[in-house]
Amino acid sequence: MSAVRNRAGDAVVHLTIDGTAVEATPGELLIDAAERAGVFLPRFCYHPRLDPVGMCRMCLVEVSGPRGFTLQPACMLSVAEGLEVRTASDKARKAQQGVLEFLLINHPLDCPVCDKGGECPLQDQAFSHGPGESRFTEEKRHWAKPIEIGPRVLLDRERCIQCGRCTRFAAEVAGEAMIDLAFRSDGIEVAPFPGKPFDSYFSGNTIQICPVGALTSPAYRFKSRPWDLEQVETTCTTCAVGCRVVAQSSAGRLVRYLGVDSDPVNQSWLCDKGRYGFEAVHSAHRLTTPTVEKGEVHQPVTWHEALDAAAAALRDARERGGPDAVGILGGARLSNEDAYAWAKLAKSVLGTDSVDAQLDDGLPAAAVLGLPHATIDQAAAASVVVTLTGDLREELPVLFLRLRRAALDGVRIVECSTAATALTPYAAHRLAYLPGEIARLAGALVGATRAHPTGVDDEALAAARTLMHSLDGGGEGLVVVVGRPSLAESGETVAEAAHAIWRAYPNARFLPALRRANVHGALDMGLAPGLLPGRVTLEAGRDALSAAWGELPAKPGRDGRAILQATVDNEISTLILLGCDPLGDCPDRELARAAIEQARFVIFVGTHHTGASALSQVVLPVAGDGERGGTTTNCEGRVSRLAAKVLPPGIAWPAWTVAGELAKRFGASLGFEGVDQISSEIARLAPAYRGVDTALLGHPEHRDGVVVPLAAVPVDIGGRRPRPIDPIATPGILSVEDQGSPLELGAAQPAGAAGDVAPGWPPATAVPLVTFSPPDGAAPADEPAAGAYRLVVRRTLYERGTLVAESPSLAQLVPEPAVFVHPAALKELRVAPGSTVTVRSARDSLQLPIALDDSLPAGVALLVANLVPSEGRGASALVDASRPATDVWLEKV
Amino acid sequence: MTAHFSAENRARAEALVALYPQSRSALVPLCHLAQAQDGWLCAEAMEEIAELCGTTPAEVYGTATFYDMLHTERVGRHVIAICTNIACLLAGAYELVEHAERRLGVRCGQTTEDGEFTLEEAECLAGCDAAPCVQVNHRFVAAGDAASFDALVDELAKGRRRQEVPRHGVLCRIERTVGLPGSEASPRRQARS
Repeated sequence: MSAVRNRAGDAVVHLTIDGTAVEATPGELLIDAAERAGVFLPRFCYHPRLDPVGMCRMCLVEVSGPRGFTLQPACMLSVAEGLEVRTASDKARKAQQGVLEFLLINHPLDCPVCDKGGECPLQDQAFSHGPGESRFTEEKRHWAKPIEIGPRVLLDRERCIQCGRCTRFAAEVAGEAMIDLAFRSDGIEVAPFPGKPFDSYFSGNTIQICPVGALTSPAYRFKSRPWDLEQVETTCTTCAVGCRVVAQSSAGRLVRYLGVDSDPVNQSWLCDKGRYGFEAVHSAHRLTTPTVEKGEVHQPVTWHEALDAAAAALRDARERGGPDAVGILGGARLSNEDAYAWAKLAKSVLGTDSVDAQLDDGLPAAAVLGLPHATIDQAAAASVVVTLTGDLREELPVLFLRLRRAALDGVRIVECSTAATALTPYAAHRLAYLPGEIARLAGALVGATRAHPTGVDDEALAAARTLMHSLDGGGEGLVVVVGRPSLAESGETVAEAAHAIWRAYPNARFLPALRRANVHGALDMGLAPGLLPGRVTLEAGRDALSAAWGELPAKPGRDGRAILQATVDNEISTLILLGCDPLGDCPDRELARAAIEQARFVIFVGTHHTGASALSQVVLPVAGDGERGGTTTNCEGRVSRLAAKVLPPGIAWPAWTVAGELAKRFGASLGFEGVDQISSEIARLAPAYRGVDTALLGHPEHRDGVVVPLAAVPVDIGGRRPRPIDPIATPGILSVEDQGSPLELGAAQPAGAAGDVAPGWPPATAVPLVTFSPPDGAAPADEPAAGAYRLVVRRTLYERGTLVAESPSLAQLVPEPAVFVHPAALKELRVAPGSTVTVRSARDSLQLPIALDDSLPAGVALLVANLVPSEGRGASALVDASRPATDVWLEKV
Repeated sequence: MTAHFSAENRARAEALVALYPQSRSALVPLCHLAQAQDGWLCAEAMEEIAELCGTTPAEVYGTATFYDMLHTERVGRHVIAICTNIACLLAGAYELVEHAERRLGVRCGQTTEDGEFTLEEAECLAGCDAAPCVQVNHRFVAAGDAASFDALVDELAKGRRRQEVPRHGVLCRIERTVGLPGSEASPRRQARS
């Protein structure tokens, strides 16, 4: 049969829905085709991001067939040429009403006390498609309500209508069926395995997609009614995936985050850290007022006094040691506008280039910005994906979901990882290597070197190589996800590995997988040594930018590790910490501690009390998540909008204002008085961000953000697929568009063709963007010392950072520290699993329980980073960041 | 993970898994195997089955709880099932259930304290000609009235019905090997029960 084609040449099928002719794509489900044609069919089990199952029978419609019209579930039926569908005939209505009456038999009518009441698809569809009356007069089933099936999920079994959305999400999307329908008939219930709570990192999604009030979250339960919620669409700033979310508030407090179906990014899913991390916004440990250290204690002062004290310290430092005596660390949690303001303050007013958003916990900035970028979509459509990262489910959970799905759809993943990760079961090959050998492994993988990397399985390497050879010569279709596999393995060696792949496959694309929310934006805004806003180097951008910024530092400054080292060496006397806590964030705790102690003056600009704020002389409180407008840039380089929903606590200011006020105390002006003005300045002056202003981002086409630079990715700028309007796909957030725009958009201009810079921009001065050249011979790691174990320091999702520690829903989930080794090591040490051992490095020693991980090569010890408060000693106490890898010794206690 | 299946059963379990194109398909047969070994399905067994079938313990639990013949809670040495469907009901099944409850001192679904007997109500057991129909460990027994029920319980307690009634969970005393990998070589073996 020849396919029927429409005028555009796409294959179509023609069908009739309620007498109206409708065109649909072959293979499309009838329920979707009807919806596009404006006919909403009632449904409970169907979710556009899950496989259809036809469990609830709510979408029964009359469909023409050889035996006349028959009732069929529209979610299980693909469209066919000539199909005739009646969705509102007497027979169809009767069927729908019958199903609804049936579903309501056991459903309690406790809507007035149900969290879902007011945004409940069952309630809504009982009105629109229900019979209005029930013939059921018998006793409904009764259960204890609610029961906790996981630490963040409560189940009210009476309300469950057995649609299986939650169980299917767990199995299909998260890939971990920790819940399933158990028992039968009227005893059926959603249940985890007894004694194994449903503690998936993605458990909150089941609550969002539950079409009734059966699943509720302890965080939101009884906090608000839907009609009391105000909401705004914004971007999650928990990690660098930048999921699109709706932030909902009630009475001036954030109460709930929901995922938005952003096709190029999160496809409606969120991780639990992103979903519940907002609780930290209202933590009792928020900084509400500026404080200055007087004597031994911090005293609340006016902004005026605090800024004067900070400015005096900075002036003093400059007088004593020149501009280079000031170092600025952090900024990866700021918005782009905040980061830009601070970069401008640092480089044009304070005159220091010793600025770094990374504290040696990421990759060299030139590698992050200078490698050709891939989008998540490109990674998901690649033929081969190579990962040089830690466990993505722990670091960038939603990226893990996307790559998992991609692997199931046929993308071949080559995982370079010392320990198994959540992605390992989906990877075509895992190459376990000895930490420090990653560059050699990459060289061997692309066939550039003959040297065999230590610890790598020959067969797996040969198979992975064969796979790489199947690519075309340039490496089209190869995406490399490059992050930080271990905090005890230097970022330079990983960058070198990425570069080795790039040399061999010049058309390969790279997806940086750094974890901190806006680290990519902060680097883009110039919070990195030797870089200026818009991905240009200090040298390349100097002439173009100095007209607007004034004099710029003469030579590139120090990076994060060098700033800390220079502080220890008394070359830097004053540190500004932009929301970072070097004691917890820097992989080398000893270096951070020495630097903080040695610094003459520390200025802390942040949202929460931390170990670092306690050690600072001036503490300046700023607005955090949900309290600021602006933009943020995710790992793809996608710029999307942030929206303010609540007011900052106390007298906290936006971070950019603090920069502006400090500039004034140096007789300078940063030249902007609002976030929009900063956005415009970025769009004008930052080459990679040219044209990305509020008007462009405010255009409905660009709701999912735009990937910068605009011309570089002409097709993947988001918004190409209409957002599903299914009001029960993500209950409660249909009307978000009407709730006021997050930025002051003015008149949103229609965007030109994709890749066009918005009309009216001055011609680009040709400033080349930064490219990545190989790091000058990062010293390869030595062989491990005799009897030593190579240390791997991994990140975990619920690490004891501010966000987790200050969110009641998450704080209890921080795992207990342990050292993981291959079973052979236990024999060698003659200890039982769980017994305490001493882990000693050249730096320090820790006593930890020992645990097994048989995915580790022998001779490797794995610790998890950041599980203890920053005052305490964790894995970072062992790491010497100046070396490419760290060795540890294990001893029986 | 510590293995819960005996070495012999583990080998049989692996052979069963290999029988199916999708290992998940072996889930129910493996549940029966575990139940034949232990009399019921304990958590460790379900975890091992999940591992063997490439699924999760929650899915094994979900499947096992669907079926009345799979017990996820410990049962007595003798599981007495009384059919209460229409033919048996008319022949006095509920009277027999009431008698059984009095005699054993437990309600339907419960196990006696000494761990000897579990009493269950069952759906049609296809023994309507002998209504009310009773099974012990899935074997038909003649116990249609109070007197013969009491006699049955006495005999079971004394262990006099061992030839007739195997341990609970044993579906078939002949272990079939037909179709299993390597079955040509393996002779039919009598189960130890």
